[in-house]
Order: sequence, then structure tokens, then C-alpha cells
Amino acid sequence: MWKRFRSNIGAMVGVAILLAVILIAVCAPLIYPHGPWQMVQRPFLPPMSVDGLPLGTDTLGRNVAAQLAYGAQVSLLVGLVSTIVALLIGVPLGAVAGFYGNWVDEGAMRFTEFFQTIPNFALAIVLVAIFEPTLASITLAIAIVSWPPVARLVRAEVMSVRKREFVDAATLAGLSRPKILITQVLPNTVSPIIVMASLMVATAILLESSLSFLGLGDPNAMSWGYMIGAARTVIRTSWWLSFFPGIAIVLTVLALNLIGEGLNDALNPHLSRKGRA
Amino acid sequence: MSILTAILGRLAKAALTLLAIAVLNFFLLHAAPGDPAVVLAGEAGAADEQMIEQLRERFGLDQPFYVQLGKYVGGIVQLDLGYSFRQDAPVSQLILDRLPATLLLTLTAFGISLVCGIALGVASAARVGKASDSALTTLALLFYATPLYWLALMAVLVFSVWLGWLPGFGYETVGAGYTGITRALDILQHLILPALTLGLFFMAVYMRMTRASMLEVSQLDFVKTAKAKGLSGPAIRRRHILRNAILPVVTLAGLQAGQLVGGAVLTETVFAWPGIGRLMFESLAARDYNTILGVFLVSAAMVILFNIVTDIVYRIVDPRIGATA
Amino acid sequence: MKKPALSIENLSIGLPQGADRDFAVENLSFAIEKGEILCVVGESGSGKSMTANALMGLLPPGVDVRGGKARFEGQDVLALPETDKQAMRGERIAMIFQEPMTALNPLMRIGDQIAEVFAAHNRLTTPERRNRALELIREVGLPDPEKIIRAYPFQLSGGQRQRAMIAMALALEPKLLIADEPTTALDVTTQAQILKLILNLREKHGMAVMFITHDFGVVAEIADQVIVMQEGKMVERGPAQQVLVTPEHPYTQRLLDAIPTGKLPQARPLGTVPALEIKSLRKTYRTGGGLFKPVREVHAIDNVSLSVARGEVLGLVGESGSGKSTLGRTAVRLVTPDSGQVLVGGVDIAALSEEELRKERHKVQMVFQDPYASLNPRQKIISAITGGPITRGVPRAKAEERARELLEVVGLGADAATRYPHEFSGGQRQRIGIARALAMDPELIVADEAVSALDVSIQAQVLDLLRDLRSRLDLSILFITHDLRVAAQLCDRIAVMQKGKLVEIGTVHEIFQSPKQAYTRQLLAAVPGADWQREEAATA
Repeated sequence: MWKRFRSNIGAMVGVAILLAVILIAVCAPLIYPHGPWQMVQRPFLPPMSVDGLPLGTDTLGRNVAAQLAYGAQVSLLVGLVSTIVALLIGVPLGAVAGFYGNWVDEGAMRFTEFFQTIPNFALAIVLVAIFEPTLASITLAIAIVSWPPVARLVRAEVMSVRKREFVDAATLAGLSRPKILITQVLPNTVSPIIVMASLMVATAILLESSLSFLGLGDPNAMSWGYMIGAARTVIRTSWWLSFFPGIAIVLTVLALNLIGEGLNDALNPHLSRKGRA
Repeated sequence: MSILTAILGRLAKAALTLLAIAVLNFFLLHAAPGDPAVVLAGEAGAADEQMIEQLRERFGLDQPFYVQLGKYVGGIVQLDLGYSFRQDAPVSQLILDRLPATLLLTLTAFGISLVCGIALGVASAARVGKASDSALTTLALLFYATPLYWLALMAVLVFSVWLGWLPGFGYETVGAGYTGITRALDILQHLILPALTLGLFFMAVYMRMTRASMLEVSQLDFVKTAKAKGLSGPAIRRRHILRNAILPVVTLAGLQAGQLVGGAVLTETVFAWPGIGRLMFESLAARDYNTILGVFLVSAAMVILFNIVTDIVYRIVDPRIGATA
Repeated sequence: MKKPALSIENLSIGLPQGADRDFAVENLSFAIEKGEILCVVGESGSGKSMTANALMGLLPPGVDVRGGKARFEGQDVLALPETDKQAMRGERIAMIFQEPMTALNPLMRIGDQIAEVFAAHNRLTTPERRNRALELIREVGLPDPEKIIRAYPFQLSGGQRQRAMIAMALALEPKLLIADEPTTALDVTTQAQILKLILNLREKHGMAVMFITHDFGVVAEIADQVIVMQEGKMVERGPAQQVLVTPEHPYTQRLLDAIPTGKLPQARPLGTVPALEIKSLRKTYRTGGGLFKPVREVHAIDNVSLSVARGEVLGLVGESGSGKSTLGRTAVRLVTPDSGQVLVGGVDIAALSEEELRKERHKVQMVFQDPYASLNPRQKIISAITGGPITRGVPRAKAEERARELLEVVGLGADAATRYPHEFSGGQRQRIGIARALAMDPELIVADEAVSALDVSIQAQVLDLLRDLRSRLDLSILFITHDLRVAAQLCDRIAVMQKGKLVEIGTVHEIFQSPKQAYTRQLLAAVPGADWQREEAATA
């Protein structure tokens, strides 16, 4: 499996980009010890015009490169944590629904369907607007709009695994229902969950940046979406202020998608062979 | 089961869902930090004691919780979405004024993305493994990773600011006084950039989905049967693979409708497109919660309606559904 | 000598790199006369289907013809350009497949799918195509052609779909019909009908038929000529009678020996203490029943009573939908019956609560059908076997010791314990499944189609193992199968089920030699190669 993943060029490019982004995020306080908010020069300096400011300065004379580095922290943190929270909601719900069936399934799926019908970005906006934008509320809002697909996936996987004969064998061995679900069924649904999780981190980063772009970012955290939103009105004169953070988002999200596809090919070789045949 | 009873069932379910969203809205209003009356009034009304008192009375904020809930939900059932003190107009009126622009934008974007997405997906699947397929899938992956609003900004920068080809702002040329055909053409010109940028992301989604679905269906047994009959490659793709492959794409398109509306908020914000998305953005800054929640409810209603339409389309395309096997 | 319809010379088909061997088919040569049925026989992986696909130009990607010729109507069909191959397919060589459930386009009406053959070859006008489709539907014996032509595949049964496939194949009167295991997925009675249809159509149209099968019974029914393939090579060729009666190659002999024949084993004396007693059992499934859907009831088990004595093997035989599997699952309480009793060692396990049941579970164990689904891919063999005993309170060390012993007993060796399921073949996995069931020291083992998914030679080995265990451990087994020949090999008595009802029950000799019910006789007659086996039994 690992070999298949490593031989996937796209996935390895994704891993390289992601490692670079993580490195920048971790090292941000070392490279730019004064933080992203400090004024360092005249505002609106174009890239490469002054030494030490390769990406120029923003509307308030702050270092764009420093902002990008600190923005990486926020993007990765929100992406990762919100995905974990979404998994914590979606996996148990989907597993219980798929395994126990009947009215449990009916109830859980109506609940999931309800959340899936609501336009997810609009719900995220409403939640963050009402609960005041903080990193916590943003993360939670993203988790709340992202869990339904997880629940559906886990439910479908559990339902298909549940029908396999080794589950019957475990029942005949006298194992209790919860034990069968946890020790026999769930371990067999891990690969698709991993694939989905990697794609969810990407989507969460996009969502976070979109919220920040609309002015719903945590005012105490520098984020890529906020940078683009703040530079929106000066796009005619200072295009680079919105251009670079955008590139950062594209690269990070692309990297995660590439990794997700690579994982999918490696973990479900049967499907991927179909895809290439 | 006939299509009619199916539609009736779906409509009943849709009404229930909307009701649930109305209840959710009520709880959200009350969950917002601060006095609910002040929250309702938004920033505009915060200073006016008398108005706050009026509000308290009107929404029964001094009455038990369930009475408040009943009043709120009852109002929504009568299409009363509350009052925007910021804009000094009923929310339903504000939304109604802005809805056509949003419908025009989202439906155009949806049409473009679905048609182009499926066409490109089919083309890509037919050339699987070749350079043109790789180029298309890479491009799709790139669009898939690009934030909508950023793409919109870059489109404004390139096509409006630098090249000057298309207007990058608004719904029509303000003050030009166009009528009839000239006005329609003017609006169309303004529509191109927002619709394309909103559509590109979904085009990427539908293309990837169509491609994957085409490849999967082409492995199925009946395709081999079709080959054994002596059908040509294009005939097999057209008559056998495409129809079967498109069903999951229809389902996905229904599920994606919500995202399309969400995307409209961003696109309308960038292009100053006077739709409900832009309305929501403006209300965010003003903390006009009534309007925000109103837009939220209406966008959910749009999505539900859209889901019902895709459901009906699905029933027409697939003979297996609705037949009592 | 007549000119052959098809002659294949030195055909070699290469497999992609990394496959378990280099060639799917190696140096294969044979010929089919006009109007002749040639059976290509072999186990899975023998290359028999690849040969057919190569002729049709339908090889999967990565698999290609490396050498040889296939002369058909004066041309080498292997060397034809793709457009000529396409024109040939459906018109001069037609093919039908194994899985009728998936071989038809689910979104297209049957009539359109038949008419499409004419369209593909630019024959006839639209109304003529419709009329021909109707004629074809009538010819393959489908009822109510006017209705069938408008039906979608999901509205047809498996046998009906296979008939529709045959109608398509016949549309342009091909000179050669390739049939790739066309009856394997069907019930025996349906299989018998389809075989008869193919024989009749051959008679009427005089086409050559290349019939691929793994079942020597089918060969006996239908073949004029036979070739036997093993791992891509032809090991035997000859007229059907000669190959069946005096096989020369040891592999053919082994295959024929492995076939459960009509030769009935000696009856054994039976005990009288019951291991399992089923009394007036009923189970009805209801589907639909939503707000707008009508309720549909299926009586899966309809008032069935039977018993299995200690040390006895009772065969439960029936076609799909007969309720035999539901009965088996009720006996281990994977399914809870609506009414009736399931007495195991005197305890009615159908009446136990969930909690009580878990303590009694060990008394009845099951060996499952699908060797690939019956073991958890993420669990080592040892945990699969010891899971049950440990839950029952057996100390881990003792359970593991016993597991290793049992792995020896089923012929795998104790070192299998620390490995994962994917390292084992289908037959080995069934052995593990048997060891797992034995580990619980059950009063009764329910074997649900336990050998159906295996190749004949592997099937014979597992049957040998079961027979051996039966005498060594004095096992009581409820042996569920669709295959009467298999049941005859292992069972003391046989129970026949149809549509949820118990039709007949008796000793193997009674059922085979003096069946009382019409349905039992029908089943026996439908067994492929029944006549051939009777002759053989007479001469033996």
C-alpha cells in the first residue's frame, strides 16, 4: 500500500507542498518574530521593490510574507481541528445508523439529511455571525456543516461490511453487538474514512478562507482569506495583495486533494485500476 | 408509485424541513449573545429604547419561551420574515427584490457547469490515459482547489481591469437607461464573468464525477454485451454508458445545489451583483440578523426546490424507480 | 472431412506483467465443425474465457494475443483490423455471457436492445427490426412477446434474461455462437431449459457453438466435442463420450473423479437422539409497506418441521428462493422465526432473549458460503478461531492451543494461525471456517452452500474433509446446497424445499431412487448429466 502511494507522482508532489506549508507555519514565529500585524514599511510596496520584503507590504505597511506565514498556521489548524470534530460527530452517528438499522437508522438519517439540505456555507455564515467570529466558533461551524457526508459514507460502508459473513460468524461466536461493531466492522471502514478526511481538510481550509474573506475571520488571527478580503477594494492598484494569499490557498488545497487521491488509489487499488484502465 | 404521489410526498417533507429550519432560526436568534430584542433590532436600532420595547411586545419576548417560538414560526409560515431596521423594510420584501438576480446567476452558472462538466467528463473518459485526458483532469483538480472568490477577483483583474473586455461590477450599466433587447444584452454582459467564475468550480466537480462514472460504467457487463453485438465505440458510449453514467451525476448535482447558493454569496460579493448573497454580505457588517436568517431560510428553500426537481428528473430517467418490482 | 467453421492454431494470449503466470493461454489449437457443439472445460483461471474473448476481440486491457491464428470464414479473425472485428461481432460470431443479471443495459427496453443488433449492422428498417425482435423473443420461448419487448431487464427473471441474451445473439444468424458459462448463474431447472434451447437452436440454425463451462454434467448434456484446459494449456481433446468415459490425461481423470456422481455411498446406521429439532417453523418477509407502497409478503419458511439426529448429515436442497438459506440461518438464530421452535439439545434457541442466546450460541455453528467474505481481512486467523471460545470464558492460552490443533485437523498446519486471511486460497479459507466452527464444540454445524463457490477439485477436497470429520468427530451437520450431486456425496438424508415448504424428506437412496414428489423428480431430471451418470452407474 505504502509502495503504491509512493509511486504516485501527484501524491508525492502533494506531500512535498504540504510539508513545505507545515514547515512555514511552524517556523513563522522564528522567521518573523514580530508577528504579522506590525507595520514594517510604507504601505502598498510592490513585491521585490525593497530588500527583505519579497512580497511587498499591504494597505497598512505590514509585511505580506509574514502575514502569509502566520496565515498558514490558521488555515492548517482550522482545517485539521474542524475535520477531527466533524469525524467525531459523523463516524459514530453513521456507524450506529448503519449497524443497528431500523428506526435508529431512520432517525439518524433524517437528522443527517436535514443538515445536508441546508446550504452548508450559508449555515456556516449564520453560525459564525451569531456566535461572534473566533477561531473556536469558526472551527465548530465548519465541523457542523462538514459532518453529514462523513455520516453517510460511514453508514454506507458499515452497511456493506455488516452484510459480510464474518460479521455473522462473530455473532455466532457470542460477541456482543457493540463489540462486533467496534472490533469487526469499523476497522474495515477505515480506508475510505482516511481518504475522505484528507479531502475534508482541504474543503475546511477553503471554507475558513471564504468566511474570513467575508469578514467573519477571528480578528486576532491572521488568515489568507482575510488578506484577500482586505485587499479586495484595492485590487485595481495593488493586485499582489490578493494574488499571493490566493496562490497559497490554491497550493495547500491542491496538495491535500492530491494526497487524498493518492491515498484513494493506494487504499482502494481495485477502484483506481478501474479509473486508469 | 406514480410520480404525482412521489412529488406530494417530497413536498410534505420539504415543508417539514423548512419548518425545522424556522425553529432552528429561532433558537439561533436566542443563542446570540445579548438581549434578543437588541439582537433583533440589529445595530441600527440599538440606541432606541422605545423601539426595543415595541419589539419586546411584538415578539412576546416577555412571554414564555414556547409562545415566543409559536409567534416566530407562525410569522414565518405567513411569509413574514421579520423587519430589517437597518434597511427599514420587511425582510421578505428585501429578499423578493433581490431574488431574480440570484436566480439568474445561479441557474446560468448551474447550466454552464452541468453542460460543460458532463461534456468534458465524457471527452476525458473517452481519451482516458492520453495527454488530453491528463490535461483536463489536472485543470479540473486546479479549479477544484481554487477559492471561488479569489478566482472571481482575478477574473475582474484580468478581464475587466487589465483587458477591459467585460464589466466587472454590478448587474447593469447604471444610469444608461437601456430598455428591451439592449438592456438584456447589457445584463448578459454583466452576467458573463460572475456566472463563469461561479460555474467553473462546479464544472470541475461535475467533470470529475462524470469521468469517474463513465469509466466505472464502461467496466460493467452490459457494455461488453454491447461490444459483442458489434456496436461502435461512440455508439456504445452514447447509447449505453452515458445514460447509466449520468444518473449519479444528477444525484450529485442535486446535492451540490446548496453549495451553489453558498458560492453565490461569495460571487455576488465580489461582483456587487444585487442578489440575496450580496444582501447577506451587507447584513453581516450591519449585524442585521433578521435579514441574515431570512436569506438563510430562503436559500434553503431554493435548495429544497432544486432537490425536488432533480428527484423528478431521476424518476423520469430511471425506469427502476417507482416501479413496484 | 468437412471444412471446420473455426480453426484455431497455436493461439497464445499473454498476461500483463506481475500476473501469476506469463500466458493466459499457451499454444492452443482446436477446430469446431459447422453445427457442432464444442465444450471448453476447465477450472477458474484455466484460460477458457480468455480464448473466447480473444476470438471476439474483447480482451481486457493488458491482455493480448501473442501469437497464433484463428481461421473463420477464410480470414484470420485475430489479425483483422478493429473495424472489421466490430462488423464481425454480432453478425457472424455472437456471444452470450455468464451473468444474465448484469449483461443487459438496465435502462433500455428489451425490444430496443434486440433491435439494436440490426441497427449496429445497418440491417432492416425500424418497423422490420421490431417485428424481427418479436419473432426472436417468440423463438427463444419467452412468454407474451408484446409485453417482453417493452419490458426493462429488472422486470425479468434470470432465466428470462438469458433467453433475451440468446435472442440478441441469434438476431443475425451467426455462424458461430460463443457461450461463456451461460447457465452457471441459473437454477438447475432453468439451466436444463436453457441447455435444451441451445440444443434446439443449433439443430434449427446449424451454427457452430463454442460452449465454455466448468461443469462436466453440462458437458454430458450438450457436447459433441470436448477440450479440457488446465492453466492455459489444452490437456485433452476428443469426442464427448470418449473424454467422459475414458479420459486419458490425469488432470481430466482427477476432474471427473472430483465430480460428485450419481453413485450413492453406502447408507450408514443413524442414531435416534436428535441434535436439532425444528417444529412448525414459519418466517415471512414483508417488503414495502410505506405510505404509498403495497405490502408484499414472501413466505420464506412455511410451516417446516424436521430433525437432524446426532451424528447425522441432513442435506437441505432447493433452488434459489426455496427458503433453505433462511431455514439454515434460523437454525443458528441469525434470523428469528415468526413462530415455531428450534430445539438444540433440548433448548429452544428461537425463544431465547438476546442475553441468554449469547451463552447458548456455541451450540450451533455455521460454515459460510463465500470464502472471501467469511473471514475478517483485518484479523489474524488465530483471533478468528479463538474469538468465540475466549468470549465463552476459555483461557486464552488454552483456546490458542486448541486452535492450532484444529488447524492441523482441517489440514492446514498450526503455522497458519499467525497469518492473515489474504494469504490463503478459497479452499484453505473454507478449512479455516470449519476450524472456527469446530472450536466452539457445537452440537450442530450448519454448512450453508459451503462448497458452492469452489472449483470442483477443491470442492472434492473439502467434501473429503467433511466426510472425514463426520466419522471422526461424530458431527451433526445441516448441509445446505443447491446441488443434489453434492448432497448425495455427504448426506445421510435429504430434505427438499420449494418456495418455503418442505416438499420431501428421506434417505439419500429414497430420494434418488424412488422420489415421491413431482418436484423432486423434476429436480433430479434437471441435474446436468443425469442420464450419463445413470449409464455410468449401471456399467460400474
